[in-house]
Amino acid sequence: MTERVDQRVPSSRSELDPALVAGAEAFARTWATAVIGSSYVPMTRAEVAEHLQALTEVLVTALFANPFRTAPGHEIGARLVEAHFTGTDTLGRTVQLLGDDLLTELGITLDDRMAPRLAALQGALAAGYARALRERTLAEQEAIRAAVLDARDQAEAALRASEARFRAMFTEAAIGIGIADIEGRILDVNQALQDMLGFTVDEMRQYNIRDLMHPEDSGTVWRLYDQLIAGDCDHYRAEKRFHRADGEQVWTHLTLSLVRDDHGEPQYQVAMIEDVTDRHLLQNRLRYQALHDPLTGLPNRALFLERLGRVFAAAAGATGRRAGLCYLDLDGFKVINDSLGHDIGDQLLVEVGRRLDHSVSGDGKLVARMGGDEFVILVEGSDSTQDIVNVADRVLHELEAPIKIGGHELTVSASIGIVERPLLGTTAADLMRDADITLYWAKADGKSRWALYNPERNAREVARFTLSATMPAALERDEFYVDYQPLVRLADSRITGVEALVRWQHPEFGRLAPDRFIELAEETGLIVPLGRWVLRKACEEGRRWLEEFGDAAPFVSVNLAVRQSRDPELVRDVKRILDECGLPPHHLQLELTESAIMGTADEPLEALRALSDMGVRIAIDDFGTGYSNLAYLKHLPVHELKIAGSFMEGLRAADEEDAVDAQIVSTLVQLAHALGLGVTAEGVETPAQAKRLHRIGCDTGQGWFFARPGRPEDVDHLLRGGL
Amino acid sequence: MAERPGWASGDMDLERPSVARIYDYFLGGAHNFAADRAVANRTLRAMPELRGVVLTNRALLRRMVRHLLGLGIRQFLDLGSGIPTAGNVHEIAHRVDPSSKVVYVDVDAVAVAHGRSILVDVPNATALRADVREAKTVLESAEVRSTLDFDQPIAVLMIALLHFVPDSDEPHRLVAEYLDPLVPGSYLGVSHSGYEDGEEGEGAARARRTYSEEVARMTHRNRAELAGLFGDLEIVDPGVVRMPYWHPESPDDVDEAAARFPGFAALGRKR
Repeated sequence: MTERVDQRVPSSRSELDPALVAGAEAFARTWATAVIGSSYVPMTRAEVAEHLQALTEVLVTALFANPFRTAPGHEIGARLVEAHFTGTDTLGRTVQLLGDDLLTELGITLDDRMAPRLAALQGALAAGYARALRERTLAEQEAIRAAVLDARDQAEAALRASEARFRAMFTEAAIGIGIADIEGRILDVNQALQDMLGFTVDEMRQYNIRDLMHPEDSGTVWRLYDQLIAGDCDHYRAEKRFHRADGEQVWTHLTLSLVRDDHGEPQYQVAMIEDVTDRHLLQNRLRYQALHDPLTGLPNRALFLERLGRVFAAAAGATGRRAGLCYLDLDGFKVINDSLGHDIGDQLLVEVGRRLDHSVSGDGKLVARMGGDEFVILVEGSDSTQDIVNVADRVLHELEAPIKIGGHELTVSASIGIVERPLLGTTAADLMRDADITLYWAKADGKSRWALYNPERNAREVARFTLSATMPAALERDEFYVDYQPLVRLADSRITGVEALVRWQHPEFGRLAPDRFIELAEETGLIVPLGRWVLRKACEEGRRWLEEFGDAAPFVSVNLAVRQSRDPELVRDVKRILDECGLPPHHLQLELTESAIMGTADEPLEALRALSDMGVRIAIDDFGTGYSNLAYLKHLPVHELKIAGSFMEGLRAADEEDAVDAQIVSTLVQLAHALGLGVTAEGVETPAQAKRLHRIGCDTGQGWFFARPGRPEDVDHLLRGGL
Repeated sequence: MAERPGWASGDMDLERPSVARIYDYFLGGAHNFAADRAVANRTLRAMPELRGVVLTNRALLRRMVRHLLGLGIRQFLDLGSGIPTAGNVHEIAHRVDPSSKVVYVDVDAVAVAHGRSILVDVPNATALRADVREAKTVLESAEVRSTLDFDQPIAVLMIALLHFVPDSDEPHRLVAEYLDPLVPGSYLGVSHSGYEDGEEGEGAARARRTYSEEVARMTHRNRAELAGLFGDLEIVDPGVVRMPYWHPESPDDVDEAAARFPGFAALGRKR
């Protein structure tokens, strides 16, 4: 180091008198004591003494030197400084000590020769010390200032490197970065942001942040911006659209941050902007795909339901808001698909979709494909049901023109269920369900039409459904019972038979007549066990009457539903029940409708023949209402015709009769008799009817005039007491 | 300081007193500025004996390094080394063995810049700018790793350093962090400002307050507290003593004031 000192001053003691050397040693010790501690000298005390002794010897040599020179004085002063005797006390003490002690220690008299020499050396030492100290001080000051500059240079280099790094980060960042002052003036934007928006830095600098407002921006974006500028929040994130210079739009994720100064005052705003246009478009496409039918391009079920849900949400609590649905299904589409192939079917659907979309356009209307050949039209804000009916009419009309596909000219029709109502008090699910039901009605009512939702009809159907669903359990719980209505021989008013009529004592709906549930039972197939149950009941009753009334006991007449008549187990069932009840077969009559007998293949006829052969009577119920093949009639195993009550209307009045009705009945009776069949007139309600029927030649009457259907005990009573 | 980047540090400000430059002034150097000298002179007025205390501390460094050289140590890590002024560690060490390794560490950018300019042509010695409280940073620095051999004993010097580390900065942990990676036979040399309880005079207290307020906060520790900082180290002869008593070179070095000298020294050996 610069402070390195050669502490070993060459000794010149060989030139000195030994006495002088001893004196110099003593002086050096005193000198060391005087100056140690005035500054730091990197030597031990002994080393200091040794060093000063060497200097003392130089001094003594100089005192006696001829010619006398002061240069050694300079040298000693410089060497003191060099050894880091830099404390200012050092010089004072040294000069004083030289004057006070040196000559004494050396045993020299302060004479005229020595006094000026000593004074000159003292002066030279002081001058040499001062010059050396001054130089050392200047050197050290220069060194420390150089160090300061070095340190600053390094710090600045570090700062520049840091700035360069940040600048590189700003410039090269893939994310768009923009800086603006607190008034919104844009100060700088990086390359990524320039590329993203298509403006240069200079162009961007012309803008204020607020110029970048986009009409589609949500209100929150600018509300948050105001909060940020006010210093109320330090950053926020938002989705934001920007206009590009070329007029296109950019969708972005924006993060805006507030930069504060050292006092915490808002100073800059920094925007980090990520271009998410591709992602946004992809999301849009995916969303479109998720919500649209790929075949027709129409909105799909998901979008429709979403839209319908929004309609309800928007109308929540508001009275007077209405909406309507057309639920549309092509008639006979399956046939087209199956016969012409799915490709033709698909093309047909595309064209139907196009026509629907074409005929139903405008605000608040949505056409969606629900799947298969089902479409739905939503009409928001309808004024009345007529609005929707008009839409349905238009659609049906639009579909009338034949559709040409691949050389085929296809004519399609559609059925439409219409629901239109106030939104208050209903739900989207209600609307959908009711439209679906109504579509089913339109189909059931003959297709190629629309049907309007009707709450009464729905209630009936719901009741039907309820009955149908509860019927099997009702049969098990014995909710059914059988009433009997007498069949009376007109000649003598004797009861020859009773018709078994099943009733349902429903726990909710009360007593139900057969017309409420027999058809349902036919549909569900429950008619077979129910009919079997009725047959057994009637046969048991017939057996009881046989036991109680002997020859006067009536036969039991039991209705056989179409489905029963085709049940292969029919003959076996009847035989077993007759056997089990112990009822002779001729005490049982089975009533079938014309259609059950006529319109069937051979198999049921075989069964009827077997029953007839067994001795069971067969009657045709409601004769005259169907289309009987009269020629065929004579080959059938039939014993009795029951003429439908509707023919009795004209015979009802006491004073005059309807000539046509009278002629029909008369003809039917003649026909029956010609074929050897008995005739029963149903629906006899007045004495005049009874009298006229007897006169015409009818054998048996049934109706309120004779007796209403009643409990078996009522029949007992009649059998005992007569009519 | 730790949370500000290095280039933002205020220690290049000539108006701000610096521990390193004030120390240089006390030793009689001119590597200092007016602001440093003003504070130094204010403390000196309150406590005139302070200059002697500083010189004694510097002399202790010399004795300790020579002693360590005598014990065979050839590697020195001088923490809080300050301005490289008269009688530096590498000068003392290289006089005995020029292959001795020395790393100076100081947080003062100016002190380190000066050190580097001096050491530019000196082999086996280097200066590192770092906050000595970040032991991991220091020990893993390129300067330390390229100069010192951790398979050989190293003397860690904390001369007039730990009284600038308050208890809240966990000085015992700092000591451990420096000594833990070193091989047994390594040393920790410490000098530390302090008294036994009740000894501090009014002037000295005033000087300490001035220094704490204007330069750097000082924490005095007594003998027992200083011994506590050595942890598992074996404090070698003569133990924790007032600085003049630590291996004096001459009976004259131990004057009548030595018994109440305001600072202790000790050398600890890693077992």
